[in-house]
Order: sequence, then structure tokens, then C-alpha cells
Amino acid sequence: MDLKTTYLGLKLKNPIVPSASPLSRNLESMKRLEDAGAAAIVMYSLFEEQVEHEAAELDHYLAYGTHSYQEALSYFPTPEEYNLGPDQYLEFLHQAKQSLGIPVIGSINGISSGGWIDYARKMEQAGADAIELNIYYIPTDPRLASQEVEDRYVSVLHAVKRAVKIPVAVKLSPYFSSFAHVAVRLDEAGANGLVLFNRFYQPDIDLEELEVKPNVILGTSDATRLPLRWIAILHGMVKTSLAATSGIHSAEDVIKMIMVGADVTMMCSALLKHGPGHITSVLEGVNKWMVEHEYLSVEQMKGSMSQASVVDPSAFERAQYMKALNRFR
Amino acid sequence: MSDRDSVSTKKHEMVTIDGNEAAAYVAHKTNEVIAIYPITPSSNMGEWADEWSALGRTNIWGTVPLVIEMQSEGGASGAVHGALQTGALSTTFTASQGLLLMIPNMFKIAGELTPTVFHVSARTVASHALSIFGDHSDVMAVRSTGWAMMASNSVQEVMDLALIAQAATLEARVPFLHFFDGFRSSHEVMKIAQLDDGEIRQMIDDDLVRQHRARALSPEHPVLRGSAQNPDVFFQARETVNPFYLACPGIVEKTMQKFARVTGREYKLFQYLGSPDAERVIVMMGSGAEAAHETVEHLVQKGEKVGLLKVRLFRPFSVDHFVKALPKTVKSIAVLDRTKEPGAGGEPLYKDVLAGTCEAMGSGTLPMKTLPRVIGGRYGLSSKEFTPAMVKAVFDELNKEKPKNHFTVGINDDVTNTSLQYDPEFSIEPSDGVRSVFFGLGADGTVGANKNSIKIIGEDTDFFAQGYFVYDSKKSGATTVSHLRFGPRPIHSTYLIDKANFVACHQWFFLERFDVLKSAVPGGTFLLNSIYGPDEVWDKLPLHIQKGIIEKKLKFYVIDGYKVAQETGMGARVNTIMQTCFFAISGVLPRDQAIDAIKNSIKKTYGKKGEAVVKKNFAAVDATLEDLFEVKVPEKATSRFIMPPAVPPEAPEFVQTVTAKIIAGKGDEIPVSKMPKDGTFPTGTTQWEKRNIALEIPVWEPDICIQCNKCVMVCPHASIRVKVYDPALLSKAPPTFKSIDYRGTEYKGTKYSLQVAPEDCTGCELCVEVCPAKSKTQVKVKAINMKPQPPIREQERENYEFFLGLPDIDRRTVKIDTVKGSQFLQPLFEYSGACSACGETPYVKLMSQLFGDRALIANATGCSSIYGGNLPTVPWACDSNGRGPAWSNSLFEDNAEFGLGMRLTIDKLAELARELVQRLAEQIGQDLAKGLLEANQSDEAGIYEQRERVKVLKQKLETMTSPEATNLLSIADNLVKRSVWIVGGDGWAYDIGYGGLDHVLAIGRNVNILVLDTEVYSNTGGQMSKATFRSAIAKFAAAGKPTQKKDLALMALTYGNAYVAKVAMGANDAQTVRAFLEAEAFDGPSLIIAYSHCIAHGIDMARGMTNQRLAVETGYFPLFRYNPMLTKEGKNPFKLDSKAPKQPLRDFTSLETRFNMLEKTYPDRAKELSALAAEDVKSRWRLYELFAGGGDGAQGKTDSSPSS
Repeated sequence: MDLKTTYLGLKLKNPIVPSASPLSRNLESMKRLEDAGAAAIVMYSLFEEQVEHEAAELDHYLAYGTHSYQEALSYFPTPEEYNLGPDQYLEFLHQAKQSLGIPVIGSINGISSGGWIDYARKMEQAGADAIELNIYYIPTDPRLASQEVEDRYVSVLHAVKRAVKIPVAVKLSPYFSSFAHVAVRLDEAGANGLVLFNRFYQPDIDLEELEVKPNVILGTSDATRLPLRWIAILHGMVKTSLAATSGIHSAEDVIKMIMVGADVTMMCSALLKHGPGHITSVLEGVNKWMVEHEYLSVEQMKGSMSQASVVDPSAFERAQYMKALNRFR
Repeated sequence: MSDRDSVSTKKHEMVTIDGNEAAAYVAHKTNEVIAIYPITPSSNMGEWADEWSALGRTNIWGTVPLVIEMQSEGGASGAVHGALQTGALSTTFTASQGLLLMIPNMFKIAGELTPTVFHVSARTVASHALSIFGDHSDVMAVRSTGWAMMASNSVQEVMDLALIAQAATLEARVPFLHFFDGFRSSHEVMKIAQLDDGEIRQMIDDDLVRQHRARALSPEHPVLRGSAQNPDVFFQARETVNPFYLACPGIVEKTMQKFARVTGREYKLFQYLGSPDAERVIVMMGSGAEAAHETVEHLVQKGEKVGLLKVRLFRPFSVDHFVKALPKTVKSIAVLDRTKEPGAGGEPLYKDVLAGTCEAMGSGTLPMKTLPRVIGGRYGLSSKEFTPAMVKAVFDELNKEKPKNHFTVGINDDVTNTSLQYDPEFSIEPSDGVRSVFFGLGADGTVGANKNSIKIIGEDTDFFAQGYFVYDSKKSGATTVSHLRFGPRPIHSTYLIDKANFVACHQWFFLERFDVLKSAVPGGTFLLNSIYGPDEVWDKLPLHIQKGIIEKKLKFYVIDGYKVAQETGMGARVNTIMQTCFFAISGVLPRDQAIDAIKNSIKKTYGKKGEAVVKKNFAAVDATLEDLFEVKVPEKATSRFIMPPAVPPEAPEFVQTVTAKIIAGKGDEIPVSKMPKDGTFPTGTTQWEKRNIALEIPVWEPDICIQCNKCVMVCPHASIRVKVYDPALLSKAPPTFKSIDYRGTEYKGTKYSLQVAPEDCTGCELCVEVCPAKSKTQVKVKAINMKPQPPIREQERENYEFFLGLPDIDRRTVKIDTVKGSQFLQPLFEYSGACSACGETPYVKLMSQLFGDRALIANATGCSSIYGGNLPTVPWACDSNGRGPAWSNSLFEDNAEFGLGMRLTIDKLAELARELVQRLAEQIGQDLAKGLLEANQSDEAGIYEQRERVKVLKQKLETMTSPEATNLLSIADNLVKRSVWIVGGDGWAYDIGYGGLDHVLAIGRNVNILVLDTEVYSNTGGQMSKATFRSAIAKFAAAGKPTQKKDLALMALTYGNAYVAKVAMGANDAQTVRAFLEAEAFDGPSLIIAYSHCIAHGIDMARGMTNQRLAVETGYFPLFRYNPMLTKEGKNPFKLDSKAPKQPLRDFTSLETRFNMLEKTYPDRAKELSALAAEDVKSRWRLYELFAGGGDGAQGKTDSSPSS
């Protein structure tokens, strides 16, 4: 069975790519993902804000209380070098490239245009095969118009594309008033791929402590519906690669996404839940299904149920369920 | 004229460093094994050595010296002795008491003719008081050990003589003590020429190194060294070393000559400078000689026939070299000693000079025809200033027909009239130098910025540069004063600046407390950090500042540094901003060059911490110049703000006459007659020192409050208090005083008030953090919330005064074994100078509340002895009956024994009192005697009743005249139960004092040992102790601690006869209270190990209690109580008070820089050590579970575990 696919111009042996997650934080689990059949790996995100925060935090705590009291003018040794944020990440990316045979995609979440460009360049130098821009941004400023939000995405992409030669994908949230328009703008701005969709962290509150608390909920297959719709709509509408992420758990999820037009499917929650070996069983499931249903290749299947390919394209556009519409022309 | 003026700035690499770094630099280059132990002011030498070795820096033989921390200075000297005996080049660094602990080994090392150099930043030995500052009392105490003693007077000399000593000892085989003045030389930052490896190689003769190795103990050619000898031969054997001592001065002289050839810098055993035909000469050594140096130069220029003889090699004292160094014309000599030997015929150097001149006279080698008059005097004890004015006073004294002998200079001795008068206005500061004084806060980064400025000027220009920094003795809200000199010539001014041409005040509130312009010279410049702009600032200034500016015609500049800092993300740190202002207006460098230099320096300093930090500082530099303005100074001073007195008029007389002066920075003016003779001070004096250091203070919301008293419990400064009282008392309450009905059943019908001491609070926020009560309508509002202090200072001061006037609770009515109840008790430890949000003081305060009215406290040297006993004021306080803790500090190493001695006294005198009560039963009345002897004092009521009986007893005894009655009267107070508390940190308990602590536990006497476990030597800057957790970075563990934390509690409980508890207030405050009560109630030794978060952990101090909680929840610091009393009841004495760890250790360690830093410096090692640390946690928990009764069932057995 031919599971090969092409994503961001990269030839991949199959359409399963682990997305940015804690599993890409150490070489051992990355190796296990590769062994289990992953076709490429998206590294965990390098958060510019976190890098800056770490540096500021280190500076703060190393300086705090110093030169105040004559017996204790400082509280820590003063090393000549600190292995901080981007250095750690880049070194790790470099090591990953050295020890893995599959493509490694770097992921950036920036806060300044300088940060996006700088980190993208450094990732390219460290050997990344491609870059995913993880534009993780909640616009809370009521004076910020939606047009300006979209412009930011485009300008970040422009800046990074100018800075690097490797392919660049954009990971997006679905929260745009006209998502198709945004997708096309990014496509025109040179994006090599769109990754749909970013699941934002959603806080919870603790009723006993009366505190807002992080409470990460792992996604389920239900979450595939949203990317499924939009990939179906965008397939053929944009030139970029399309990656489906959110809720990909089973072989059926993978097959559905490919059928609506995804070039790759990205897994996170399922791997955190079942471990890297889950990729192997999903691949087996995909294989089996394709055999049973007499499909020859992923490329054959890709987009076969996109909006443009189905009998009733409006099914992907309906906002409400409509009962038993009779066919009449 | 000057030995050092020949320093070429072109030939050598010039560096700007302090004396400790200079000494450590040579020591690390020329040694193989370095044993270290922290003690101020020498700790930094060990820190440098450890850091350099951790970084892989090699010595001149290309190998990285092995650096090892020991448990005490005694241990360090023992390890060095062993290393030397087996052929390594070995050294150590120390000072003061540390050096005294090395004495036994020093005798041995010298007796065995072993070459080594110990580097000592000379510090005062504690007598009537501890002092961390510099004098020669420590080095003079080791004169008899047989070590050569070499004195360095400046930072350059520290580097040079360290090498000369190292080279000479190898040839002489006499060990060398190389000393320099603590703080003045050890901490003075100076631009000096650095020795390079080539120069050091030339000075060290490898043949001599190999000879040292050849003499080493080896099983290949075995010998015995260290025999025991008897009266028949010991004496003769002791005299065998004489040739080595006779040869030593010549070897040193030869080495100095070689050094001059190698480096161009010339030194002599006794270095004379001054008029070639001088008649009056001062003989001295140490940093004071630098001040004397420049004064002599000044006086000689004026035509005076004076000179100075600097003693460099004090031991062996070569009379021959000494007398030859003196001009033949000398008629009188003043010998200045920086030490005091009470009862001696004179101080050591004086007596050597006296004996030397007499001996030379007798042997005919004295160059003068007649014996010069020799007088001796003391100066500079404990870093007392020694200035040109004092030098001149000494020369003036020598001019007198009958000069004072055994004089003092620098103080006013109005008791035995030893002091010389001097003219404080006499100054010889040159006209072409820049002298700058900066007033800052520890927290604003002023000192760091100034050290940076010195480096910039030292390294970017041909100017010479010197920096010296003065700190007050508080650990929170500390004031710093930086003294910076720059100029075209070498700087010899080893004293503070009192003629400044640039004064900067980095905090507005200093204007209201100090005369910051006192040292400003006419026509100088004044820079003020002010929230008021150039147009409005004048009217806000206090009167004395306005007058100072007008009278001295100062150029006056303002900058709103806070605003610039806020806008550029610098927070409270105005360092870079004020530094930029200094360069912009002082003219030390052209402005553009200065800005470039600052930016380069920022890159160097912060570059390794990330681009973001550099950018932030760059932004601050760029924004500064736009906000710097010169102020147009009016002709008249119009301010109505007069600087308030340091203490209020109602303070007691001693506080008015002594304490207030010290607070105001005028302690130097206090005469001898006003000082206590034996180091005894009144307690309860912090209440008079209102520091107002909090920008925000907690404000109580009675309607939200649930009256749990947790905020009171955690307050490190006893600045939040609660009382319950009769509602009728509110009739006289100030209008804004808050109260609410008490919610419990025990004080029904009373009112409850929670009150903040607005001027004593440090604004740490621990109280807000622990407050569990949240508003029902807006959860961010708690029952206490931080609000700006200035607008409510006056009203809250009035409220606090009223609150203090409300009656204290009757101790007999308090539910003492609860958090809530215990906090109604008056704290007898208040408003200390501890760090804001200190993790130790809440425990100390709790102890004072529970037992303070009958407590004797032995306090080991360390943080707790500093915030507990450093002048000017004393935080230990009295209750309304005049009772309170009696406190003393003996040493660092002997605290358990010191406390045991207190217990033994109480036991003995109580026994004697009981015996006398029995004997006098008839006279005092059988009932009273029976009551006294059979009193049950197990609770507050019983203690109260016994006190009443003792009161009656004393009244009766006062009417009796028999010797037995009089004796009983003098000891009757011992019939009331007393509580001995032995308090100290982990450095004491785990390391240096462990032997004594172990012994005291084993002996079984009733003492209570409170170990404030911060897991480092906090007071000296965070050095590793055996309490440090594996994988934490600390000083002396720059690459992370490789071994696991010692389980002191576990070791103690193996005795079976001691009460042992591990507590962490932030995790379980109820268990903490219970443990304190059980420990005190236990009639035997008790050990409480109290986890204390600390500034040395690199944490958000305001969240210290959260860190404590996580330390417990992750199993990092499990809680338990081991009570031997339970064994008697047939129960398991071991109770686990915390639950099995459910969260990974990382949840705790990731909050603390001490753990995070290792990942950023040695990532691979961090992984390895943190995995081992996690295993430590698991294995210890398994062990504790076994003690508690095994496995999962353990929790079931902790039936009465209190929880918070």
C-alpha cells in the first residue's frame, strides 16, 4: 500500500506527523515516535515570551537581594555562561536532526517581529527542515479590529518567509470572522502550509480555592469536525499544503482527513494518552481499511471528499442541521 | 617616592578587582588542593576558587585545583595539613574566629616546617561583641604559632605579596600567613596590574615544589612525622627550627628583589618613605599605612621632617632590617597597632619595635646615636576610620615634650583619656581627582552600578579608580553608601570620602533621614532621583537640603529614575539609569564615549543572561538623558520640612543618647563613657526605630476576615497583631480604628481587631499570600490586601498606638495549642532587620510568643544572631510585666554547648533554691514551701501560680537577714520553669556545631534546639552546607551539590531519648505549633528542624509559604514528630505529619533559582543530579513510612496529625 504524501514540499513516507507536544522535548521519545512510524516531527514550540521571561526571571533572582548586606553581597556563583532559552532549543533541534532520519519541523511562537525572524533563521541554521509558525494569540484589546489581527498574521509570515529558505507553515486558530479569506491571504503571502487548528489552552476555575487554574483537557475524535469542514472547503481553494490537527486519534480520523483534503494529519493527545506506539497501530488500521476498501494510495484518496468533490457541497457550509431536505432541481 | 607609583598602565593587564579576588587569583594559580569554609570577610576567596575550578581554570602547572568545602575552619586547616603532609601545594582562606580555629594545626604545620600560605582578610575577634569588620586582633592571636606573617596594605599589594609569600615559603619552609585588612582591602575595588602566568611561573621554583613533594609521606619511603616526645628531647627538638627562622627574612628579601626584576614593583621587608632626614616616624602595617603614606607625602611637601615605615614582614621580625630601614635622624617613633591586648604592656607591634630598638642599641647596630622615644597607640579597631587627620594628630603628638603613650586615635575616650585630639577638617584630597558619593538602597542596584562604573573607568581610561561600599546592618531596606575615587595618580586614600565633588541620592526618603550633602564640597554637583520634576522639586526638599545646595553653590540635577525604570521594564532597579546620569554630568568621560562604555559594559554584564535583559538596559540608558534636568536653584531656603529626630522624645535615655546616634549614622561621635562596658544592652529597642521601608502595607477587611490569625503567624516582623478586648474600650478608639465581634466561643462578647504596624512592616506580602478568606463578590479581594503606605501612614500609626494600649491577653485563657490561640500571645521578637519575607523569623517569633517570658536563648552566629543582635536596635522584647527572652551569642561552633551551660545553671540553681526552700521552710511557711516545691508548671496557669508564690517568697526573704535567705533571694527566680532555646541555622547545626549538638542531644538535658534550615549558609551569602539538597546550586557548589542532604532529624532520633520534629510553617502551621509545644514540654533534649525559605534560594519571597507547602507536598521536606513520651505509653513515637508525595519533585524545584540555574549552566549534570535527587526523595519517604508503621498504612497511624 502506498502511504506516501507530500507536505510543505517534503516527501513523507506516510501522512502521520506528531504535532508540537511534550513528546518532542527529549530525544528518546522522539526516537520512539520515529520507530513507531512517524513521517516527520513538529518540535515543541519555542515561545519567545517564555525565553524573554526566563532571561528576565534569571536576571531578577540572581540580582535580588544582592549588594544589600555586607556579609552576603550575592547569593549565587557567577558562571561565565548560561544556557538560555533559544540556545537550549536550537542545540536540541540540532541534536534531533543528527539522530533522526525523518524531517524535523521547528515551531515558533513569537511576540515581536524581531523574535520571529531571529528564531526562524536560527532554526534554519540548526537544520530544521521546515518551520511552523504557531501564532498563538488571543486578541483581548477591544480596540483591535479583526482586519488588524489578520494583518499581523500576514506580516509575521511575510517577515519569516523573507528571512528563511526552508518551507514555512502557519498554524491557525479557527477564530476568524472570515476564515477562508484569511487562508487565501496567507496562501498569497507565501505560506507553504496551513495547520488547522490550534487548540488554545482554555483555563478552568477551582471552586474550592476560587482560583483560575490550568486544566489541560486532551482532545477526542469529536474535535476533528472543525478541521474536517475547513480542510474540505480549502482543498483546491488554496495552493498550500494542509495539515489536520485536533482530535486525530484513530485510523478512521486519519482517513477522513485525507479524504477531505489533508496532506498530513497531526497527532498529539492520542500519543500522550497511548504512547508513541499508537502511530504503528493507526498506520496498520489505515492500511487495513485501504486494503478492504480497495484504495491504492493516499494520493488517490486525498481530497476525494473535499467540498468540491462531494455531491452536496453545501453540506460543508450548513450552520444548522436541516432535516430531510428533498432533492429537487 | 611611592613603591606603587611605578606601576605602568601599559605593561601589565590592568584589572579592576577587590582584594579577595586578588588573593584568590594567586592562590588558585599556585596551589593544588584548596580547603575552604565561609567566614566574612574572607568567604569570597573560597567562592572564587570554587567557581574557577568549576569552570575548569587551571593553575600554572596546567591542572585544575581541587577545591573542597569543610565543616569548619578547624576542618579546613586539618585537610590542608594532610594535603601538605602528602606533598600537595595546599592553601585555605579565613579570618577572625576561623583563624583561631586553625591555631592547633598551624602550630603543627610550622613545627613540621611545611611550606604553605594562608590568606587572611584580617577581622576583629569577637569579645564584648561580634564584629565582622577589619582589624588585626585575629592575626595577632596567632603570633606564637611560628608562622611568617606578611601584611598587604592595598589591593595591588594583596596580589603581589600573595605571590611573594608563596615563592618564599617554598624556599624558607616556614609557613606564611598573608594578611590584609578585612573589608578595607578585601572588599575595596581597585584598578591594579594583574600578574600574568609567565610572571608567576618565574617566581615559583619548581625544584622547590619537587623538594616539598619529596618530603611528603609515602609508603614507598615511609617515615613517621608527629611523634609524642618527652621532657628529655622535646625542647632540643623545638630549637632545631631556628636556622629556618633566621634565614627566612633574607629569603623574603631576596624574593622581593626577584619580584621587582620580574614585575617592576619593588617591595622591602620594612619599607620607608618620607623625608630622608625625618625626625618623627610612624611604624605600622595594613591598609592604614596607605592613609599614612599620602599624609606623609603631603607633610613632607610642606617641609615637615616626618616619615613612615611600612612593616611588610612582621614575623619573623628582623631587628636588623628594621633598624636599618629607619633614617639615622629619627628622634621619636609612634607605633600604631590595629588591635588591643587588654592587660598587656603594649600592643604587639609596639613591643616588637620597642624591644628591637633597645636590642639594637645594646648590640651597637642602632643607626641613631641616642635611643629614639617610642610610643604606641591603637587605631582602627573594627574598621574604625583612619584618616590623614588622625595621622597628623599622631605626628603632632610626637612633637610634644611628653607625648601620650598607649594612646588611641579615632575615638573619644573620655574615661581613661587615651585618645588624641584630631582636626576632622584636615584633608589632603587632591584637587584633580573625582570623588563621588552615592546614597542608594540595596534593592535599587546602586552598588552594582557603581562597581560597573569603576570597571568602566578603570579599564577604558588611564585613570586610577577606587571603590568602597558601606552598608547598614539591616537585611531588608538596607541603605548603601558608595565611595568612588578616580584620578590620574595612584590612590592611597583608604578612608571614606568626606570631600565629595559629586553626590548622588538615589532614593528620595534619604533626604528626610540623613544629611546627604554633608560631604559635598562647594561648587560640587548634586544628583537626585526624584518623582518631582525640575520645576516642582525645590519646594519639596527638606530645609537642610535646600540650605546645603544654596550655601555650597551646588549644581543640582534631577531625574525621575523610577519613571524611566518603569517605562523601560527595569522595575525598581534604577541602577543603569543613575549610572548614566553620573557619567552624563560628572564629566569623568566625554558623554558619548561614556554612553558607549556603559553599553559595552551592559553587554558584558548581562549578555550571558540573554538579549532581552541587554535590550532593557540599553533602553534605560537611551531614555535617561531625555529625563535628566538641571534645576534652577533659588536664592533662599524656604522649606518648612525639618529633619525629624531619629527616635521619638518618649524613648528611654539610653536610646536617646546612644541608639539614636547610631541610627542617625553618627555612632562615631559616641564617647567611650556612653558605651556599655561589658557588651550588655537593653532589649526591646527596635520599637524606637521606625524605618518606614514598605511602599505598600496590608490593610484589613474585617467583613471578609474569618479570624484564623494565619497572617499574624507568618508575619516575619511581628507587624500584624491581633487582640480581643472589651467593647467598651473602643470608646477612645481613633476614628479609623477597625474592629469586629469576635467569632469564637471562648471570648464571647469581646471585640476582635487585627492591626498592622505601618512603620515596621516591610511590605513582604506573606500575610496576604496565606490569607484564606476571599470576598464573595470579587475573589481577588482578601481579608487583607496591600495598599500604598504613605497615604495611610499617619492614621495607621495612631491606630497602632491605640491597639498597643489595649490590654494584652491573659495567657492562662489562651488555647495555646492552636494556630489561632497562639497568635493572641504577644510576640517578644519584633521588627527585626531580617530580610523582607524572611522564612526563619516566623518560627523565632512563634517561640517568643509561646515561651518568651521565661526563655533563655543561646544563638549561634549567623542570620539569626545578626537580625537578633546587631546594633543599633534589639528585636527581643519584654511583655508588660517586664519579662522577655534573655539572649546571648557565644560563637558559631559552640552554640549547643553554650545553651547546655545555661541549662546546667538553671538546673543547679533551681536545685539549690529548692534545697534552701526546704531548709527555710519554717521561716517562710510550710504551705508556701510545699507549694513552691510541688508546683505543677506544665501549663500557663501553673506557671502563673508559681510566679505568684515566688513573689511572696521574695517579699518574705527581703525581711530576713540570714545568709541562706539572702542566697535564696538571689536565686529564687529559678523556681519558675525556664525554657532554654538553642537557636541557629543549618551551617551551625549540620556542620560546624554538629559535634556539640550531637553531644547535647546525647546527654539528655532539657534543652530545645531550633534549627532554622535554609539549606545554605545564608548569612555569608548562600554557601553549601550539609543541609543543601542534592542538585541545588550554592556557593561552594557552583556545579550543583553532588551528594544528598544530611538527614539530621533521622540521626537525632536514633538516640531514642530526644524529641525530634521536622516542621514547615507554610505547609502545616498547626503541626508547627504542636511541635513547638511538645518539644518544650518534653523533659529532655528536643530538636526542631524548621524548613525556612530564604532569599538565597532565588525565589519569589512573597510566595515563600507556597514554596514551603510544595516542598512538603512533593516529599522534598516531609514532616514528622518523634516523641519519646509515646514509647512510654506503648505507642509508636514516630508520626508522619505529611502525606506521601503525589506531585513530582519538579513542581517544587522549578520554582527556585538554586535548582533551575543548574539546568542553565550544566544541563547534563542537572539531569543526572535531579534524577538522583528525585530518588533521594523516594527512598527517604519509604524509610519514614517504615518508621511510621510501614507502607500505605502509615497515614492511618498519624491519627492526631494536625493539619492546617
